Amino acid sequence: MDDDPLITADGPITAPRAGDVVKRHRLSTRLWHWINVVAVVILLMSGLSIFNAHPRLYWGEYGANADAPWLQIGGEGDRGFLQIGDARIATTGALGRWTDENGRTSTRAFPSWATIPGYYSLALGRLWHFFFAWVLVIGGLAYWLTSFLNRHVQRDLAPSRAELAPRHLWHEIKQHARLRFPGGAAALRYNILQKLSYLLVLFVLLPLIVLTGLTMSPNMDAAWPWLLDMFGGRQSARSIHFIAAWLLVGFVIVHVVMVALAGPVNELRSMITGRFRLPGEREEAPAQ
Amino acid sequence: MSIALSRRRLIGTLGAGLLVSGCDSWSRSGRVQALLGSAEDLTMGTQRLITGEATLGREFGPAEMSPVFRMNGNRTADTPEYRRMLANGFADFRLVVDGLVRRPLAIPLDRLRELPSRSQITRHDCVEGWSAIGQWRGTSLALLLDAAGVLDQARYIVFHCADSFGSTPYYESVDMVDARHPQTILAWEMNGRPLPEGHGAPLRARIERQLGYKHAKFVMRVEAVASLDRIYGGRGGYWEDVGVYAWYAGI
Repeated sequence: MDDDPLITADGPITAPRAGDVVKRHRLSTRLWHWINVVAVVILLMSGLSIFNAHPRLYWGEYGANADAPWLQIGGEGDRGFLQIGDARIATTGALGRWTDENGRTSTRAFPSWATIPGYYSLALGRLWHFFFAWVLVIGGLAYWLTSFLNRHVQRDLAPSRAELAPRHLWHEIKQHARLRFPGGAAALRYNILQKLSYLLVLFVLLPLIVLTGLTMSPNMDAAWPWLLDMFGGRQSARSIHFIAAWLLVGFVIVHVVMVALAGPVNELRSMITGRFRLPGEREEAPAQ
Repeated sequence: MSIALSRRRLIGTLGAGLLVSGCDSWSRSGRVQALLGSAEDLTMGTQRLITGEATLGREFGPAEMSPVFRMNGNRTADTPEYRRMLANGFADFRLVVDGLVRRPLAIPLDRLRELPSRSQITRHDCVEGWSAIGQWRGTSLALLLDAAGVLDQARYIVFHCADSFGSTPYYESVDMVDARHPQTILAWEMNGRPLPEGHGAPLRARIERQLGYKHAKFVMRVEAVASLDRIYGGRGGYWEDVGVYAWYAGI
């Protein structure tokens, strides 16, 4: 039972207290986490490379230059723009028209610092993207399987009825907004907002991004035609893939901010060595 | 906290910088490209495993067609020979079927049009990301391969084209699974009219379960081969040779 996060490696079972160093994350969890860090960063940046080949998004089955995009990143003369529906936002210098670190100006959607490779190559972007797509998918399937088998999902991630009560949810939101995080043994358990966001990423966002990616494959559309019906066509799938990628970026930003606020050294150590020092109970902030 | 944060930012910046410059020099390395490209075999193997050999790509109704079907690649084959054929309506054009076959063929376009044909409204997916839906009618490639008597040792079908980029001719290839697929046709009609010059007249290959660059335009000759090694750059297609585009373009 050394994989139970609530039990220290040795000694009798006693409730850990603030200041104790306890085992937090299993080796498999830690490996999966850091493999995903690499894979997600490369997938995002190579994905932006692929997007640059046709920086327009459509809804439905078809969509090409003569059809109206719902989103477009482009350059006109020496100006760059992002157009969503009828709204056009000037993005000169950032998107559509920008200057790279060597002083060369390009008219492409995403700038070279955001893409892999940093120069325009659709073929190489695809090589990076599909290799790391396999890394993400194989790792993700293995995580799904083991996390159900070792009951990580059922025990640590599944919310209880009490946690889902609106009053409790509201309380947690308020506590988070005030940056009051649980201390002591309570810090070992995921709170309801963590649970919901992890469940959303694991079982909605990641499957969505993989399935919409597959829907862009003409062969997969032959093998699994339900993909097209599920997402409303190849171009819709491409749009949803793009949106899901940015939702994942949003999750990563919030995740990293939370780690920074909760004590970055302790949190990072727990994801590298697996050991976590239980934080003390926070003092109540003075009344506003 | 602020020290930790700024250290984090520093590490983050350094990390991102290293990653980007690392990926660029790695991207240019043949060894890294080969490693990344190994995923192509896994992709093709997996897709073939879960897809029946004759499973059809989705076909659409006339109402679902793109109002404008975007032209891509070469809009013409810029040789005197091609211009002459185009000018007289390909009256003296002959599609050559040769290589590892018992009976090499040279078939006039009129004769091709008289053979049993297949019409399909399918979605054309460019590797760049856009799609267009159009109607194609043409002669089944399997029919032509059977008429020529493809030998058992033939493993690939190569499409030799009249167009070129600079002095490098366009060509493409598929294996026998895609060559004999029911939707694989040499199309001579598009959207109810003779295949236009910009879309590859007189013949365009339709390989409906793969991306657009496999759909060779201006097809002059179909060759059955045992190996792609000695064909042009040896990687099975123009874009495969000059870029590092995947030969298997099912995704």
